[in-house]
Amino acid sequence: MTLALQNFPSIEAATAALASPGARYLGGGTLVVRAANEGDVELRTFVRATDPRLNDITVSDGAVRLGASVTMASIARHPQLSAIAPAARAVGGPAIRNMATVGGNLFAPAPYGDFAVALLALDAKAEIDGSLIPLEDLLAGRATRYASSIVAGVSFGLPAQGSFRFAKVSRVKPKGISVLSIAATIEMAPDGTVKSARIALGCMADHPVRARAAEAALAGCRLDKEEVAPALALAAEGTSPITDPIASAWYRKEVLPVHLGRLLLS
Amino acid sequence: MPKVPIQLVLNGEERAEFVDSGATLLKVIRDKLGDTSPKGGCHQGTCGACSVEIDGELKLSCLVLAETCGGADVSTVSSLSSDGVLHPLQRAFMENFAAQCGFCTPGMIMAAKSLLDRIPDPTRDDVIEAISGNICRCTGYEPIIQAILTAARANSLTAA
Repeated sequence: MTLALQNFPSIEAATAALASPGARYLGGGTLVVRAANEGDVELRTFVRATDPRLNDITVSDGAVRLGASVTMASIARHPQLSAIAPAARAVGGPAIRNMATVGGNLFAPAPYGDFAVALLALDAKAEIDGSLIPLEDLLAGRATRYASSIVAGVSFGLPAQGSFRFAKVSRVKPKGISVLSIAATIEMAPDGTVKSARIALGCMADHPVRARAAEAALAGCRLDKEEVAPALALAAEGTSPITDPIASAWYRKEVLPVHLGRLLLS
Repeated sequence: MPKVPIQLVLNGEERAEFVDSGATLLKVIRDKLGDTSPKGGCHQGTCGACSVEIDGELKLSCLVLAETCGGADVSTVSSLSSDGVLHPLQRAFMENFAAQCGFCTPGMIMAAKSLLDRIPDPTRDDVIEAISGNICRCTGYEPIIQAILTAARANSLTAA
């Protein structure tokens, strides 16, 4: 079995190469080299773009752009990204965080991809072929329509102080694989009720999904035990959690409202 | 199988080799460059036994393609001792019985070194976080945590 690595200076050239059978985009290697090590016989060619802009982090006027090759470790230590650092630190151990990239996280199959869950709750847009695509569309189409696309970067607005919450639920601490992960961006009205909420869930489908029923139920509520109860009851609506050695789909559905409740009331 | 030339610095020494296209850094370090200190445990990024530093960053050599390391500065645990004098971490691992079978030790020590380079005076939680990507099936981790804390104290005594 022969494997080859092809380096391209531009994302466009790498995208063209990715159309060949058996070609897979190589980011940090934590998913793709692992697949090769596990004997994925369909994999023939690693394709890599070396455009330095893939490594850029820009933060200006509350707008964030992360290049697709930016690692979890660079996000976790970036002084202006402390609001989302907990989501970057939730990925792997220190060595994995020095390798795992934003782009790779968007394509990481459940139970991986905790950072993509955070990006979904931040209403991020993914940059593909020069256009910005809502992250929800990319995640839903990542195995089909966008399977051979290269994401150049993601953009989102930095959440207001205290509005972004993230929880990764795992059995092994501090570095365990997700039972599930939850990210929420909650905007409060001046009267202390929820103005709007975006809640994203990991492991509750084969890709990160929004909990739209719970989001709608939260609007106008105070964040106390009684008022969030209807939203928690709807948390798992429309989800189809994965079953894997970490947890069954049944278990994930059972515990989701408990953990969402803790996150909202914390 | 096509061969690709690579040049890198391994433990301070310039090395050049023809490697199989698509070969991992772990395989090249062990089979081509003759340093068997990084271990191949899971080849999945789960166990950390293959941890090395690449340009000062802790990475898993089983998930890095050797071809992407052209010009890189790679350090394994073999770089830590010199002329038979052990690094404080190595001595602390020995004195605290932090190695039993020893398979995880090269990766553990590299993860610990990466921590102490960033945080010379770590808390117990810092240590636990730093070795969270390294699996040990012998010690139960406690002697390893103690060894790293001991080495950090020894370092700060030397520095003082």
